[in-house]
Amino acid sequence: MSKPVKQIHLAAHFPGVNNTTVWSDPEAGSHIEFESFVRLAQTAERAKFDFFFLAEGLRLREQGGEIYDLDVVGRPDTFTVLAALAAVTERLGLAGTINSTFNEPYEVARQFASLDHLSAGRAAWNVVTSWDAFTGENFRRGGFLPQDERYTRAQTFLDTALELFDSWRGDEIAADAATGVYLRDAAAGSFQHKDDHFDISGRFSVPRSPQGRPVVLQAGDSDGGREFAAASADAIFSRHGTLEAGQAFYADVKGRLAKYGRRHDQLVVLPAATFVLGDTDADAQERAVVVRRQQVSGQTAIKLLEQLWNADLSGYDPDGPLPDFDPVVGENTIAKGRASVRMHRDPVATAREYRALAEAKNLSIRDVIIQVGGRQTFIGSAATIAARINELVQADASDGFILVPHVTPGGLDEFADTVVPLLQEWGVFREEYTGTTLREHLGLDPL
Amino acid sequence: MTTGPHLAVALDGAGWHPAAWRAADARPGELLTAGYWVDLVRAAEAARLDFVTIEDTLGPRTDAFNPGGDGTDRVVGHLDAVLVAARVAPLTSGIGIVPTAVVTHTEPFHLSKAIATLDYVSSGRAGVRVRVAWTEEENRLFGRREIGAVDLDDAHDGDLVSPVSELFDETADYVEVLRRLWDSWEDDAEIRDAATGRFVDRDKLHYIDFEGKWFSVKGPSITPRPPQGQPVVTSLAHAVIPYRLAARSADVVYITPNDRAEAAETLAVVRQEQANAGRESETLHVFGDLVVFLGETAAAAREHKARLDDLAGAEYASDTRIFVGTPAELADDLLDQHAAGLSGFRLRPAALPHDLTAITGGLVPELRSRGAFRSEYEAKTLRGLLGLGRPANRYAAV
Repeated sequence: MSKPVKQIHLAAHFPGVNNTTVWSDPEAGSHIEFESFVRLAQTAERAKFDFFFLAEGLRLREQGGEIYDLDVVGRPDTFTVLAALAAVTERLGLAGTINSTFNEPYEVARQFASLDHLSAGRAAWNVVTSWDAFTGENFRRGGFLPQDERYTRAQTFLDTALELFDSWRGDEIAADAATGVYLRDAAAGSFQHKDDHFDISGRFSVPRSPQGRPVVLQAGDSDGGREFAAASADAIFSRHGTLEAGQAFYADVKGRLAKYGRRHDQLVVLPAATFVLGDTDADAQERAVVVRRQQVSGQTAIKLLEQLWNADLSGYDPDGPLPDFDPVVGENTIAKGRASVRMHRDPVATAREYRALAEAKNLSIRDVIIQVGGRQTFIGSAATIAARINELVQADASDGFILVPHVTPGGLDEFADTVVPLLQEWGVFREEYTGTTLREHLGLDPL
Repeated sequence: MTTGPHLAVALDGAGWHPAAWRAADARPGELLTAGYWVDLVRAAEAARLDFVTIEDTLGPRTDAFNPGGDGTDRVVGHLDAVLVAARVAPLTSGIGIVPTAVVTHTEPFHLSKAIATLDYVSSGRAGVRVRVAWTEEENRLFGRREIGAVDLDDAHDGDLVSPVSELFDETADYVEVLRRLWDSWEDDAEIRDAATGRFVDRDKLHYIDFEGKWFSVKGPSITPRPPQGQPVVTSLAHAVIPYRLAARSADVVYITPNDRAEAAETLAVVRQEQANAGRESETLHVFGDLVVFLGETAAAAREHKARLDDLAGAEYASDTRIFVGTPAELADDLLDQHAAGLSGFRLRPAALPHDLTAITGGLVPELRSRGAFRSEYEAKTLRGLLGLGRPANRYAAV
C-alpha cells in the first residue's frame, strides 16, 4: 500500500522590514496603508492559503547609532490590523507575532480571544521572546529580562494564557431571555495563577472563543525553542528549506512530540521560503540574480558586513575587498533591534570563510554578501517550483511553507495564479476551504 | 453646515440597562460576534452620527450603580474594544470610532500604535477614550502593581494629592506619550529615495524621550504618523480631578450633569482648568452624557423603562442623567443644553437596538427638521466632523 499523499500547507508572510523586501521595485506599494494588507490577504485567501502572517518589531532598528534607513521602516499594530483584515476575508487564518517580554498574559489572552471571536475562529499567535534593553526603552517595564530566562518566561507566559483561555468551558452562556439566565455558571472565567513570573487572579472577561484558543505558532530554532514548540505549539517555523536540513529539523521536532503525549500530525512544520518565478527556469534564474542585486545594494552590503564585523565599515568600498582585520568579538554594539545578529555565532570564523570565498572567486564585498546571503528558496517556472514544494513536503522536509514575497503587496499574485493551480491539480493542495477555522485548515484536532 | 449639537452613541453590550439583553429585539446570543457590532455601528453611521464609543474594562464589566442579581442574570463577557473598533472600521466609511482603552496597567507604546493603526484602517476616523482603572480586582488581573486604597471622593478636591490624583496625573503622562508617539514621524518621513537608497529621512523621525514619574518611553513609534495626525482623545469625567485631565489632554470630555444649571457649572470648571493648562486657544468639546429610554410616546418610553426595571428587579440608576421620553422631547432637551454651552452629547442607549433605533429614526430626523443636525457627513475624518483641524507636528521644523 502506498503512503497517502500529504496535503501541503501554505501561508503568506507580509513582507518585512529587512532587505528581502525590495521597496525600490516599481510595483512596490505602501507598507502601512491598509489597502496593501487587504491586497495581500485577499490574494492569499483567493489562493486558499492556510493563513496570513505578520512579524513583530517594537523598536526601529539602528545601526552605528542611527535609525537604519535602507530597508522598509514602519509597520502597523498587529492586533489592530488583523482584526480589520477579519472584516475583508472570510476563511484565511490571521497570525500575529506577539512577544512574551513586553506584554502581560491577561492582556494578550484578551486580545487573542477577542480576535478569535471577531474572525470566527481564525486567530493564531506566534509566541516570540525578547530580552533586549534597547527595545525595552519603549516600555514601562523596560528590558529587564536576563537572556537565559527568556524561554522560561515564554513558556510560563503561554501556560498562563492557556489557563485564561480555558477559564471558560464554552457552555456557560445561556442567554435565555425567557428565564432570565444569561450565564449558567456565575463563576465562569474565574482563574488563579501563580508562578515565578506571574501572580494573577480574577475573572477572564472573554468567553471561550470559536477555536478554544488561538493556534499557537513558534519560531525558535535553538534546542530550547524546539522543546518549547514540541511541548506547546501547533506549528513551528524554521529556516531549513532544503531537503537534508529540512528533513533533519522535521525529524528532530516531530521526534520530541511523543514525550508530551502528542502525535506527529499535531505539530505542523513550516519553513519560511522566498521564491522567484519565471516563464522558464532560465528566465527565473536571471530574475533571481536581478532580485538579489536589488536586495543587496552596495550600501546594504556594507551595513550587513558591519553587522558581522561589529565595527564601522562606512569607509569601505562595496566593490572593493573585504576588511583585512578580524570582526570585533563580544556584544554587538553596531546593530540594535536586529535579531539576526545573534546568528553570527563565531564571527571570526565566518569572516575567514568570507575571505576564502572572496579570494577563490575574486569577489568584492557586495559579491560576497550576495553569495553568502543565499539564493531564494525556490527559483524556477511555476511547474518547477510546484514540483519542488511537493517533493519537499512528501519527503518530510516540511509540511508546507510560509512564503515571503519580496514585493508589497502584489508579490504573491504570480504564485497564486500559476503555482497553486498546479498543486491543486495534483491533489496536494485544497481547491476550496473545507473548514471555517484555522485549526481545521491545519488539520489540527478540535480542542 | 448646521449649528446643532454633535451626537455620539455609547455602545455597551446589549445596552446600558442590566436587563437590556432580555428586551424583545435584543440579540443576547450574538454579543461576541462581529456582525452584531457591525450592524450597530452601521445603523449609527446611516444616521450620520459623529461617532460611536465602545465601552471596555479589563475584567468583566461591573455596574456599581445597579448591583444585585446572583451573577447569572447579567451579561458577562465582552471583547477588547480596540479590536471591535478595528473589525468594524473597514465596513464603515464615515462615522468616527472611539474604543475605550484602560491606561492604568497597559503600555502607552502599544496603545499609541493600536490607535494609529485604527486610524489607518478607518482612513482617519479613529479616537480613543482613556479610562483609569483603580480597583483591586483590576490590579490582580495584571499582578504588576499595587495601587492601594482609592477613595473616589478625593477626585472632588482639586488641591489634594491622593491616589486618585496620582492615577489621573499618570494618565496625563500616558496621553502625552500617545501624542508624542503619533508625532514621532513627520508626515513626509517616508521618502523612498532610490537615488540614495534611503527609505526614510531619519531626520524626520524623532525620539520622544519621555521621562516621567511613572514611566519612560524612548520612541519613535514603529507606526508612521496616522492619517489624522492626532486621533481624537476623549475621557469621561465626574469631578475636578478628571476635568483637569481632560483639560490638559483631551479633545472631547463627557460630563454628567443632572440639569442645565449643573451643566453650566461644570462647564465653567472645565474651562477654568483648560485655561490653567494653557489650552484656551484649543478646542475642547464638552459633551453631556445621558442614558436614554425612548418611546414613541412618553407613556411608551416609561413603559419601556418600567419593563426593563421589572426584569432587573430594581429601578435603574446611573452615574449620569437618565432621560425617559420621546425623541422630540429629547431633541428639546438637547437643544436647550446645547444653548447652555454643551457642544454635543453622548447618548447611552438603555437597550440595543431599541434605543439606538429611536435615536437614528426619531431623534435625528427631529433635529434635522429643526436644522440642527447634518444630513450628510461634511468631512472625511473624525477630527473634521468635530471641527478640529489637522494639527501641525510638534517635532516638525517650521
